[in-house]
Amino acid sequence: MAENTLIIDDLHVNVAGREILKGLDLEVKQGEIHALLGPNGSGKSTLAYTIAGHPKYEVTQGRILWQGEDVLAMSPDERAKRGLFLAFQYPTAIPGVQMVNFLRLAVKNVFGDVPAVEFRRRVRATMAELKMDDSFATRYLNEGFSGGEKKRAEILQMAMLRPKLAILDETDSGLDIDAIKVVSDGINRLKNPEMGILIVTHYNRFLNSIRPDKVHILVDGQIARSGGQELAEELDRVGYDALLKTA
Amino acid sequence: MAVDALQINENYTEKYGFHDASEYAAEAKRGLTPEIVREISERKGEPAWMTEFRLKSLGYYNARPMPPWGADLSGIEFANIYYYLKPSEKKATSWDDVPDAIKQTFDRLGIPEAERKFLAGVSAQYESEVVYHSIRKDLEEKGVIFTDTDTALREHEDIFKQYWATVIPANDNKFASLNSAVWSGGSFIWVPPGVHIEIPLQAYFRINVENMGQFERTLIICEPGSYVHYVEGCTAPTYRSDSLHSAVVEIIVKEGARCRYTTIQNWSNNVYNLVTKRAQAFRDATMEWVDCNLGSKVTMKYPAIYLMEPGAKGETLSVAFAGPGQHQDAGAKMVHVAPHTSSQIISKSISKAGGRTSYRGHLAVAKGADNVSANVSCDALLIDDQSRSDTYPYMDIEAEKVAISHEATVSKVGEEQLFYLQSRGLSAAEATTMIVNGFIEPIVKELPMEYAVEMNRLIALEMEGSVG
Repeated sequence: MAENTLIIDDLHVNVAGREILKGLDLEVKQGEIHALLGPNGSGKSTLAYTIAGHPKYEVTQGRILWQGEDVLAMSPDERAKRGLFLAFQYPTAIPGVQMVNFLRLAVKNVFGDVPAVEFRRRVRATMAELKMDDSFATRYLNEGFSGGEKKRAEILQMAMLRPKLAILDETDSGLDIDAIKVVSDGINRLKNPEMGILIVTHYNRFLNSIRPDKVHILVDGQIARSGGQELAEELDRVGYDALLKTA
Repeated sequence: MAVDALQINENYTEKYGFHDASEYAAEAKRGLTPEIVREISERKGEPAWMTEFRLKSLGYYNARPMPPWGADLSGIEFANIYYYLKPSEKKATSWDDVPDAIKQTFDRLGIPEAERKFLAGVSAQYESEVVYHSIRKDLEEKGVIFTDTDTALREHEDIFKQYWATVIPANDNKFASLNSAVWSGGSFIWVPPGVHIEIPLQAYFRINVENMGQFERTLIICEPGSYVHYVEGCTAPTYRSDSLHSAVVEIIVKEGARCRYTTIQNWSNNVYNLVTKRAQAFRDATMEWVDCNLGSKVTMKYPAIYLMEPGAKGETLSVAFAGPGQHQDAGAKMVHVAPHTSSQIISKSISKAGGRTSYRGHLAVAKGADNVSANVSCDALLIDDQSRSDTYPYMDIEAEKVAISHEATVSKVGEEQLFYLQSRGLSAAEATTMIVNGFIEPIVKELPMEYAVEMNRLIALEMEGSVG
């Protein structure tokens, strides 16, 4: 199955010996936008990290398939090369490594070598779209970046790596209204019928600018409810407790 | 150290670790006696005062015990060392005149090519003697002296004698005494007032024979308002038993002058590298040590700067890398003799696969040396759990008005950093290399371009296979 579909089947994940995901099922078809909402501690970030392959997250049961293949058998870099991308909630700083040098190597690993001139042109154009100053290119990766700068830098990486499935982990958190607009505009520009998106978020407001096809509510390690955009709107109105009681 | 030499450093034993046949070693004597010291001086045709200096130094050396601190030196078999080996009868000024076997060695290390590409002068030392020497004509015409130290004693005895052993006296420490007794080769540089040498002068040091002791002696004098950047590199064959390298480097930087001294030390892992380096910086002068220690079995080296007069500035940037079986005990010394002086020490060390790095620093501010500012920052990076790093910062502050800062960090290559880079398609080894190169970037960016590129490449090679 070459189609860019992600299938998660009965996924159980432990973190430091404690079970966080307890039998999660989810399917994101090619080109679909899914939103995953849920209260703190429900396992949203755990799912994001597990799909990307963080070694701290131990899968005890279930499977993840991407393009029909077993993701759990792949190293994190192999997953990136297959088109999976995670925009981090808290991207870590790599002192002394210039953004542009890092991007160059990442792009080279995922797509093969790109001519330097073409590469630079793309970086500059994308930074301009994200309202990032040129000096960003030579700053050290995430070092001393403000919250908003970090999130933009994540979207810049996403734009350069053009993933087939992007997972956005709380990309809206800690951003003011203007920054959210810049980031969501950036995502909307990247959106295409070949690329799936899984948005992990606390709040509905991000979903007003990026309209998801499907909305899921994650509670205690399982999907408690699924629906369309109206589910997110209802959640916004009544809150988790009331919403889940009506389930 | 030459560009091409470093480019081929995929495997030390193959690339640098080879050695030539060495008939000249057959009749040489091992061990150290007053007779051997006299013989060295005689063969060099030295003036009597130097013979006496050597013999007195031997006395100091014998009288002084081994240092009770620092790295473990118990493995050195002093009686088994060759203290002087002369591989060739004459010093060449054209590569064509260098004996074939020796020339091939330097060809393999890329020295002649580097000279053509980007150097203003080159010195190549093989065992005890400098076998090749050249300097660009225009610098010679400006009065710059760049020659080997033996030639300097013969041809410029007046300047030589004025500065010799004034910065590092013969009785300074055990290994400085040893060097003073058996010194041979090294570079002598005199930069006339106001002359700026814009591109680097370079010396390359090569040990060839097993159990060799190399004791070069370097003396640099920067007259007022002058500038020089001197670069040294070193390699040796890989042997089962150990060799000893014990150099002394003295530098005098006069009013308003600037000297930068860059070392890329890449000895094989059977060399004990015990070096004394010290500079004096006078009014408004700047002295900079850029000290990269990648090779050797044990290194003990703490380049020092004495800030003698107001306005003097000192800076030491050092990088140490220790792999299996290596101990890099390196650091820096800053001595603020005068008020209104400033200094900075930035030290970065990386330990991998059981390697050990130690930062050992000494910061002293003399009584009355007010309005001094000094910053020390040392960071250690551990690649794995088997490796080790220690910090020994000593401070001796006798003045009142001083601004001093000291920071030290030890970190491990973090799981989060590795995962972050891997999630962007970098392999574990590429990610580690990128993190390590980023860690030493503040120092590598100070190296001449050719060396900076190669430094990053060396780190990449060292990191290969270091992560699962």
